[in-house]
Amino acid sequence: MAKRSVWSDNRFWQRSAAWVTGFASILLIWLTFDTSAQISMGTDADLQNGVTKRVPAPTVINYKITYEMDTVRGHEVPVIGEKEMFFGRDDWSEEEAAELLHLGKLGSQSKNCMNCHTLLGNGAYYAPDLTKAWLDPAWGPEGSLQSMTGKSSKEEAMAEFLQHPSQYPTHARMMPDLGITAEEAQGLVAFLKHMSSIDTNGFPRNFGKIKGAVHGK
Amino acid sequence: MASNHLTGVGSESKQLATWYFTFAAILFGAQLLFGLVAAIQYVMPGFLFEIVDFSVARMIHINALVVWMVFAMFGAVYWLLPDETGIETVGIKIGKLLFWVFAGAIVVVVLVYLLVQVGPATESSIWLIHEGREYIEAPRWADFGIVVVALGFVFNLFATGMKGKQTGIVTVLMADMLAFAGLYLTGMFFTDNISVDQFWWWWVIHLWVEATWEVYVGAIAAYGLITMIGAHRKVVEMWLWIEVAMLFGSGILGLGHHYFWIGTPEYWWEIGALFSALEPLPLVAMFIHVLYDWGKTQGAEEAKGNPASVINNKPAFTWFVLNAFGNFLGAGIWGFFHTLPQVNLYTHGTQFTSAHGHLAFFGAYATILIGMMYMAVQGTNGIKVMKSTKSTIAATWMIAGGVMGMGIALTIAGYVQVMVSRAQMGATWAGYFDGQSGMWFAQAMDWRLFMGAVTMLGFVFLAKDLLSIGKATHHER
Repeated sequence: MAKRSVWSDNRFWQRSAAWVTGFASILLIWLTFDTSAQISMGTDADLQNGVTKRVPAPTVINYKITYEMDTVRGHEVPVIGEKEMFFGRDDWSEEEAAELLHLGKLGSQSKNCMNCHTLLGNGAYYAPDLTKAWLDPAWGPEGSLQSMTGKSSKEEAMAEFLQHPSQYPTHARMMPDLGITAEEAQGLVAFLKHMSSIDTNGFPRNFGKIKGAVHGK
Repeated sequence: MASNHLTGVGSESKQLATWYFTFAAILFGAQLLFGLVAAIQYVMPGFLFEIVDFSVARMIHINALVVWMVFAMFGAVYWLLPDETGIETVGIKIGKLLFWVFAGAIVVVVLVYLLVQVGPATESSIWLIHEGREYIEAPRWADFGIVVVALGFVFNLFATGMKGKQTGIVTVLMADMLAFAGLYLTGMFFTDNISVDQFWWWWVIHLWVEATWEVYVGAIAAYGLITMIGAHRKVVEMWLWIEVAMLFGSGILGLGHHYFWIGTPEYWWEIGALFSALEPLPLVAMFIHVLYDWGKTQGAEEAKGNPASVINNKPAFTWFVLNAFGNFLGAGIWGFFHTLPQVNLYTHGTQFTSAHGHLAFFGAYATILIGMMYMAVQGTNGIKVMKSTKSTIAATWMIAGGVMGMGIALTIAGYVQVMVSRAQMGATWAGYFDGQSGMWFAQAMDWRLFMGAVTMLGFVFLAKDLLSIGKATHHER
C-alpha cells in the first residue's frame, strides 16, 4: 500500500485543531489585556487635564458633552467641553459622581432597560437606542420631549419622564411605569450622560445632526 | 446498516436524557408563547401593557430559549455517552439530582421574572430578581446554581470519557463542554463601566453561540451520521476535527465583530471583520459534509444491491439536514449580511440583528436538538427504523416555514429601520419612531406575528408527535 496522505490522517487534523484553537485563544487573551487597559474608566484628573479617555470618569457629568465630526478619524466623537450644570450643580465630587453612576448602572439593570431599548446598540429593538440619548435634540431646550414635561433643563425633563413615563406618551408604544424613584431617576440620567461621553467609534452615525431629511423634519 | 445500540431501555444515562429533553421541550413551548406575546405587542402596543410588558415577555422569550437549549444539549450528551464510550455514564445519581436542582431553579427564576418583574436599583435586585443583561438575565443566586450544575455535568462527562472508550466525538465534547461551562463565569460580575460590562458579556454570548455551541453541533451531527445512516466513523471524525479547527479558528477572534461600537478600540474593526467573515466557511463545510456522507453511504448500499434508504430515523434525520442547511443560512448568510463594520454601523441594534437571531438560533441549534429528541423517542421505544407521521410532517413544515417567514419579515423591518431611522434620520428618538411608524415596518410586523403563530401551531404538532410517534405501528421494530 502506498504511503498514506497526511491530509486524510485524523491525528493531523486533531493536532491542527488544537494548535489553531490555542493560537486564536492566546491572541484573544493578549488583545483583551490591551483593550481592558483602553476601556478602563478615566479619572477626574484626566478630565481636568484634558486627557481623552475612551470611557471618561463619572465626573464627566459636570461638563457639557457634544458629538463632533473628527476629520482625522472620519467619524463623530464625543467632545467634553466647558463646565455645565447637572441637577443644579457643576461641582459633583469624584465620590458623589461615582455613587450616582453606580446607582444609575444598577438601575439600568434592575429596571431591565435592555429588554426594550438598546444600550451601545445591544439589547432589544422595541424602543429607541440609548447610547447617545443624552445628546438627543428632542431633550434639548427646543426639543419636544423637554417641553412635554414642562421642565427647564434636560436632566430634569429626563428624570421626570423616567418617573412617570406613561403620562408622557410619545408614540402608541409607551414606556411602562417601572416604579423609578426620584433618586433612581437622577442616577439613571447620570448613567445616560456618562454613556453619551463614551467613544463608540462613531456609532450611531450622524446622531442628531440630520434635519430636513424626511418631510422637512 | 446503521447502529446496533438503538435501545435506551436499561441505560440510566438515556433515561436521564429523556428527562432533560422533556423539560427542554416544555421550555421551548414557553419560549414560543412569550415570543408570541412580544410579537402581538409590536402590532397592538396596548396588549398586556403594565401587566406583562414587552421587557418581561422578551426576557422570558430569550431566557427560555437559552435554557431549553442548554437542557437539550446536556440531554443529548447523556443520550450519546453510553453509545460512544460503551459504558454506563459515571456519576449518574449526581446527574439526576442536579437535573432536579436545575429544573427547580429555572421554575423559580421564571416565576420571579413574571410575578416580581422589576426591583429597586440595588445589588439585591441583581442577586434575587434578574441581572437585566440580555440572554443571561438569571439572577446571581441562580448563576451559582448553574455553575454547580454545569460542573457536575462536565465531571460526569470527563469521568465517563476517561473510563470508557474515548472516541473523537467524546474528546471534542469533553474539551468543548469544559470551555462552555468555564465561559459562563465571565458573565458573573457587576461593574459600573458599561463598556467593560459588555466586553465580558460578549465573551459568554459570542463564545457560546459562535464557538463552543457550534463545535457542539459538529459533534452531535457526527454522532447522528454514524447512528442514523451508518456513516464511517473515521471519515466523520476527520471532518469533525477539520470543523473544530475552522470553527474555533474563525469564531474565537470573530468575537471582534461585537467590539465595533461599545467603546473598544478601532483595531477590532479589522480583526472582527476578517475573522467573522470567515465564520460561514465551516458552516458551508458542515452542510456539504452531511449531504456528502448521506449520498456516499446510500450509494455504497445501492452498489451492494440494497436500494432501501440507509436512514433509520426519518424524522430525526430530516431535522439534522435542516440543521446543516439552517446553520449555513441563518448563522452563515444572515450573519455575514451585517458583519462588516461599514454595514454594521447602520444595522447594529436594528431588527436586522433580530432577523439573524431568529434564523441562526433556530437553524443552528433548535433543529438538531429537536432531531436528538426524535432519536431518544426511537431509542426508548426500541424502534429499528422510525418513519414520519402526518404530525411529524406538519410540525416540520410549520416550524421551519414559520421561523423562515419571521426571519424574512424581520429582515424587511430591519431594512426600513436601517434606511429611515439610521441613514436618513441619524438614529434619534424621533428618527426611531419615524422608522417604526412606516407602512412597510408595520406590515413586516404583521407578517412576523402571523408567522410566529404558524410556528406556535407547529410546536403543538411537534409536542403531540414526540409524545405519540413511538406508539405508531408503521415503524420497523
